[in-house]
Amino acid sequence: MTTILDPTDERVPIRRALAQRHGSVTGTVALLDIIKPRGDVLLARLEERLRERLPGVTFRRYRKPTFTKPAPLDLRRQIAAECGFVIEALAD
Amino acid sequence: MAAVPAFTLRDTDGREHASPSQRAQLLVFAHAGCPTCELSLPLVETAHAAFGPAVEVAVVSQDEDGGRALREKHGLRAPFLDDSALVVSFAAAIDAVPTTVLLAPDGGELARFEGFARADWRALFGRMAELAGRSAPALDWARLPELRPGCGSRSNEPELAERLAACAADSPLRARRIEVGASDDLFEFLFDQGLTDGLPVVPPTPERVMRMLSGTRRAAQDVVADVPPNYAPATVEKIAINAVMAGCKPAYLPVVIAAVEAVCTNEFNMHGVLATTFFPTPVLIVNGPIRARIGMNSGINCLGQGNRANATIGRAVQLVVRNLGGGRPGEVDRAALGQPGKFTMCFAENEERSAWPPLHVERGFRREQSTVTAFAGGAPTGFIDQLARDARTLATSYGLVLAAANHPKHYLHGEIVVVVPPEHVDTFKRDAFTKDDLRARIQEVSARPLRELVRDETCAEGLPVELLEKLGADARIAKFRTPADIVLVVAGGEAGKFAAYFQGWVSGPLGSVMTTRAIEEQGENR
Repeated sequence: MTTILDPTDERVPIRRALAQRHGSVTGTVALLDIIKPRGDVLLARLEERLRERLPGVTFRRYRKPTFTKPAPLDLRRQIAAECGFVIEALAD
Repeated sequence: MAAVPAFTLRDTDGREHASPSQRAQLLVFAHAGCPTCELSLPLVETAHAAFGPAVEVAVVSQDEDGGRALREKHGLRAPFLDDSALVVSFAAAIDAVPTTVLLAPDGGELARFEGFARADWRALFGRMAELAGRSAPALDWARLPELRPGCGSRSNEPELAERLAACAADSPLRARRIEVGASDDLFEFLFDQGLTDGLPVVPPTPERVMRMLSGTRRAAQDVVADVPPNYAPATVEKIAINAVMAGCKPAYLPVVIAAVEAVCTNEFNMHGVLATTFFPTPVLIVNGPIRARIGMNSGINCLGQGNRANATIGRAVQLVVRNLGGGRPGEVDRAALGQPGKFTMCFAENEERSAWPPLHVERGFRREQSTVTAFAGGAPTGFIDQLARDARTLATSYGLVLAAANHPKHYLHGEIVVVVPPEHVDTFKRDAFTKDDLRARIQEVSARPLRELVRDETCAEGLPVELLEKLGADARIAKFRTPADIVLVVAGGEAGKFAAYFQGWVSGPLGSVMTTRAIEEQGENR
């Protein structure tokens, strides 16, 4: 028997339940641009197509300050408060 | 000095003896093979006969079989308590054997001395006579030697001491202990648990981690940083565990700690460095006196293999990010290709061969301070100038090469690290070319008219065409946003007119900013 010490953080991941799926898109959808090159092009096209399919839905645009870091907490809270759905665009 | 702890030990007949008991106790810590221990044993026996049971007299033997043999050899009736596990000896801070300790009934120490000292023994007999309420036996003290030094306590033998410290009640270790079965291959186990970078690691046993912790004065449970991407707290202990796995010596630990601090800052942005599909990884540059103390390589092949400090410090930081932070390839580490520097990339500046202020002095530290600087860089790209005989011509080569860094049309580049070899240093020095002269020449040579740099039908990469209207097609654009973005570091062997650069990533507050941290000074090489 050999004893070794655990090199990890020893934390047990927290399992979060996914938000309930209603099977339809209603209300407001966030379109989050992480500001990689051409992400705006992708989102514009996506919004155009979605507006055709979902005429009753509102779309709101959001931008991360930089694609290199996680979205700031305030931005995440704002999106959660204002929207029921979010689409995040990577692009390049 | 630590007191004798409360204990229960068995004697050679299997009987348990506890301390403290309700009586005074005379304990003589001893082991076989120690002549001074043997010299003391007749006095132990005399005390046992004269003062027992009012004073409980016992030998605390550091080896079970040796203790039994000693007892038989000297025909002793005083019990020999088995401390072959050395737990009591270690906790009582026994440095030498014999160590003779007189305990009061409540366990408080009344006397302690090491080796053989006739005067001490004589005084001890007087104390025991008082405690037992009897007169001391008549002894021919003059026939005994006045002084004899003892031998080293087994509890101080290096390997054993670390194991004992790791298991002691006041052990600084808090990490979860994982028991690996004797029939399991330890190295395979570590691979199977996903704890390695793909190469074998040194198993982080408690004694190895204890030894690693001796490399720093910082407390084991000090939190050094929160490690991205999971922002897990990195204690000194957890960093030490990963440093053991990487193959570090204890003397390297302060460098690893400072490097972990540097890469876990918001400025360095380790999360982004991992998550990008591009190439960056921490490139660690060490400056100051610690380079020599721990034997780092700043000369021949310093960006390559073969030097333990260079190789393992960078690797330890990578293992911290992997094991503590959770930054594993294919998970948050999304690099499309990656690069070998993601195993390790750490080197020292060759300050002695430089004609210029070293990196850490440029960054506001004193020359005699030791620092580590973290840069989010790609793999080193080598380039050649073997023919230039003057500084300006040589600097032209630097400018031409760096103009193509990342892409010939990627301009307004942020930080880049350029490694200047000694032979190039000599050329620059001859013409009194400063770092700023070299930076200015690089900017001058690499500058291009905007019309050549904008995106067009022949090459989609480049600067946005909107800039044409703003700046004009003839505007000359420098490769780097500012000359200060060109970070010059001297390193390499004496021969070879070959330099190298580490390409940058998204540089600046929106990406990663080069970060320097001072290294704790230890003052000795371990």
